[in-house]
Amino acid sequence: MLDLIQQIVSGVALGCVYGLIALGFVLIYKATEIVNFAQGDLMMLGGFFAFTFIAIVGLNYWIGFGMAIIAMAAVAMLAERVLIRPILGNPQFSIVMATIGLGYFTRSIAGMVWGTDDLKFQTPFSSGVLRIGDLVLAHDKLSVIVATIILCIALYLFFNRTKLGTAMRATSENMLAAYYMGIPVKRVVAMVWAISAAVATCAGVLLAPITFVHSNVGLALGLKAFPAAVLGGFGSIPGAVVGGIVIGVIESLAGFYLPEGWKDAAPHIVLLTVLMVRPEGLFGVYLAKKV
Amino acid sequence: MRFIFKTDYDQDIDLAPHTGYFWSYGLLTAALVAAPFVFGNYFISQLVFVFIYAIVGVGLMILAGYTGLASLGHAAFLAIGAYTAAVAQKYGVPFPVYFLLAGLLAGLLGVLVGFPALRLQGIYLVIATISMGLLVEEILARWESVTNGNEGLRVKTAQVFGLEMTRDGVGFYFFCLAVLIAVLLMAMNLLRSATGRAFVAIRDSETAARSLGVDVASHKVKAFAISAAITGLAGCIFAHKMSFISPEMFTLTLSIEFIMMILIGGAGSLHGAIFGAIFVVMVDPFLTLLKDDMPGLLASAARLVGVGADNAALLQETLARWASAAGLKGAIYGAVIMLFILFEPHGIYGRWLKVKLFFNLFPLYKQATFVRQKTYMKSERGR
Amino acid sequence: MSYLQAQNLSLQFGGLKAVNDVSFSIEKGEIFTIIGPNGAGKTSIFNLISKFYRPTSGRILLDGQDVTDVPAHRIAEFGVARTFQNIELFENATVLQNLLVGRHRLNRTNLWQELLFLPSVRRSERAHRRRAEEVIEFLGLEAHRDKLISGLAYGVRKIVEVARALCSEPRLILLDEPSSGLNAEETDDMSFWIRDIRKELGVTVLMVEHDMSLVSKVSDRVLALNYGKVLTTGTSAEVQSHPDVVAAYLGA
Repeated sequence: MLDLIQQIVSGVALGCVYGLIALGFVLIYKATEIVNFAQGDLMMLGGFFAFTFIAIVGLNYWIGFGMAIIAMAAVAMLAERVLIRPILGNPQFSIVMATIGLGYFTRSIAGMVWGTDDLKFQTPFSSGVLRIGDLVLAHDKLSVIVATIILCIALYLFFNRTKLGTAMRATSENMLAAYYMGIPVKRVVAMVWAISAAVATCAGVLLAPITFVHSNVGLALGLKAFPAAVLGGFGSIPGAVVGGIVIGVIESLAGFYLPEGWKDAAPHIVLLTVLMVRPEGLFGVYLAKKV
Repeated sequence: MRFIFKTDYDQDIDLAPHTGYFWSYGLLTAALVAAPFVFGNYFISQLVFVFIYAIVGVGLMILAGYTGLASLGHAAFLAIGAYTAAVAQKYGVPFPVYFLLAGLLAGLLGVLVGFPALRLQGIYLVIATISMGLLVEEILARWESVTNGNEGLRVKTAQVFGLEMTRDGVGFYFFCLAVLIAVLLMAMNLLRSATGRAFVAIRDSETAARSLGVDVASHKVKAFAISAAITGLAGCIFAHKMSFISPEMFTLTLSIEFIMMILIGGAGSLHGAIFGAIFVVMVDPFLTLLKDDMPGLLASAARLVGVGADNAALLQETLARWASAAGLKGAIYGAVIMLFILFEPHGIYGRWLKVKLFFNLFPLYKQATFVRQKTYMKSERGR
Repeated sequence: MSYLQAQNLSLQFGGLKAVNDVSFSIEKGEIFTIIGPNGAGKTSIFNLISKFYRPTSGRILLDGQDVTDVPAHRIAEFGVARTFQNIELFENATVLQNLLVGRHRLNRTNLWQELLFLPSVRRSERAHRRRAEEVIEFLGLEAHRDKLISGLAYGVRKIVEVARALCSEPRLILLDEPSSGLNAEETDDMSFWIRDIRKELGVTVLMVEHDMSLVSKVSDRVLALNYGKVLTTGTSAEVQSHPDVVAAYLGA
């Protein structure tokens, strides 16, 4: 019983990481209907930046964290300006491929600059556990869960209650009309990318004590975050997090209870099954063409 | 300038609008047939890879370029073809039989994927195909009794009617070329007939296609099946070329390479598949060139310009170190995809057409013929 | 005997009754128009007859056959073709290619024959091309034959829509607002074509239309719809002077 709970908590923590990456996907999707396949790599880059600020430059953890977020927001806005903005009218699929290219590029450059070894740095969550009775919950996992909940609520309120959030949703529906309505479309899109990168950086930094920082972590986690985002339904912020947690828990339980190899396959099997039954995901909206 | 004067419906139905095409493609074919007797082994080996990738490209083009169903899981179909070949060989099945069987089994997987894919649109379909690809890779690694898991399978040379077709031999080269030409002709036939038109109709407007009597569901499944079957045939050839296959050769990275091939070559045309295949296969030799020859060349050039001998040596050393860094291939891949989508959205074939138009219209070509208009994003949900 | 019979058709989306117990019948060779304010359910009725939606209740009889449960892609076999209010042409293809897709329901070649492009396929292609050319001639589209749809003007696109529908050799054609977006001269041309479709091709026409002069010029009978319910049916003059119709739609 204890094992089960332990596994579930592990799974929830892992799922929260997937959820944070999936959140990044969903944010950009909600504003521009692009799926940013480089999200996982942005997360990795955020971790690397944090490593540089904290371990090499020697700043305090929280300051380094903040600096990493700012740096990544800048990088994301640059990427958006140089790569995404010029191609925004292209068919969706070619934009997706452009982000895949961006992901490859980022991953390789990071590997060349920081090397391919695992890097680690000191965090307030690296050690330390919370004990509830016989249950042992590591602080690093708890930090991920708490941060995810906070970010999810904040972003949900932002997108659904503020004017800027509504402006972002309008932009994704019909960009030309958004221009005509006076929405500063270019600024909106740049902002969304910045927010998305900030969320990814949080994920990357909070993940560092668990998996350490290395250049392939982005791809591996990004690949699992897709099922999370699709499971939740691509336009839904709470959906992304719920989807991530479901995937994380299933993966954790599958790794523990099922034979070798099911751990990696289980999330994909779940995804395909859900898509058969509910093609729009758990919280998604099914849109049919109206003639 | 050439004017095509049409007097017969057949001119539109035929594969080529005018006889000039027969000359140019005929010359190309003749050159390819003569190649193994003129060029060395390395070049021929690379050409065989181009053929294999081109066959996959044609298959993927039919699905993604013409029917509009994007798939990031085609490595799975290649894997099915390759493993069918390897396993069938173990049981002594003759080559012609397992060659066709590879296509058939891959096609079956295509049907299996096609049915559920009917309910999925856009990005959901892409991600579902990614999951499918990863699942197939996982199954191949775990089903050890059949596939020997991660240890991989050796593939012996193909035996056709008692003759050996070694993977570096001339016979194999001609076989690949023949398969490529056959697949290309079938694809072209498909596209000028009702089913091909139905595919394109589905891409552009499912609603209208349905109202005209096109059974959208059945055609989508057919598109998947055909695309998968063609890729399966390529998989069989691939297995023989590599002479050793294991699940980690059929990863998502390979699927992405296939799509990259289509986009770089030019989505929406069969020429694009060929150009893309040439490009993708050339990246590796290019990188080797970069690593081995470029630092030296650039250093000599620097010395010519007047940079001191010490600095030139330093330049050469830094370049060499940078060029052999582990991540360079990925960086170049990524940069190339991004640059193509930014500047050449219609791919190499698009650029070829523009160049051809320039020569066709010479000297009346106007520079602003292909100025790109600003496009705005419109939601593709509910298409 | 009526060619198309709609019996007590209802279409409900949740709490909204888009079509509420609508019945009408159309004779063979008739030009029948449905008018009404926006949101009255006209396009919904079209969508029901072209099987884009399934009715919540009611039946549709085509030439005596019950087609209520026929799936969307099979209604073309029964000889029903339609145009779309918001043009649904194949943007990346030429006019001729659009029309050839229109011939799809009459295609008898299968996949294997096509892959090998047997002589039977070539003969079939020639035949389709000949018939498509007849439609092009009928509607005067010769100049646009090889142009991509994305480069055509709106008025021409509407004509191509009608041409594509005619290519499937329908016995009943549904025209959804054929004159919307057309100027006076183009609307005149459209009225001639609609009458020619009935006279020369023998096709029954069911139209939705807002332009009352066009309605008066071509329709044999008119049905007025409001809030999903039938207000009245009759000749064009009768309907246009009916007090309910005037109150709901036409104004004094």
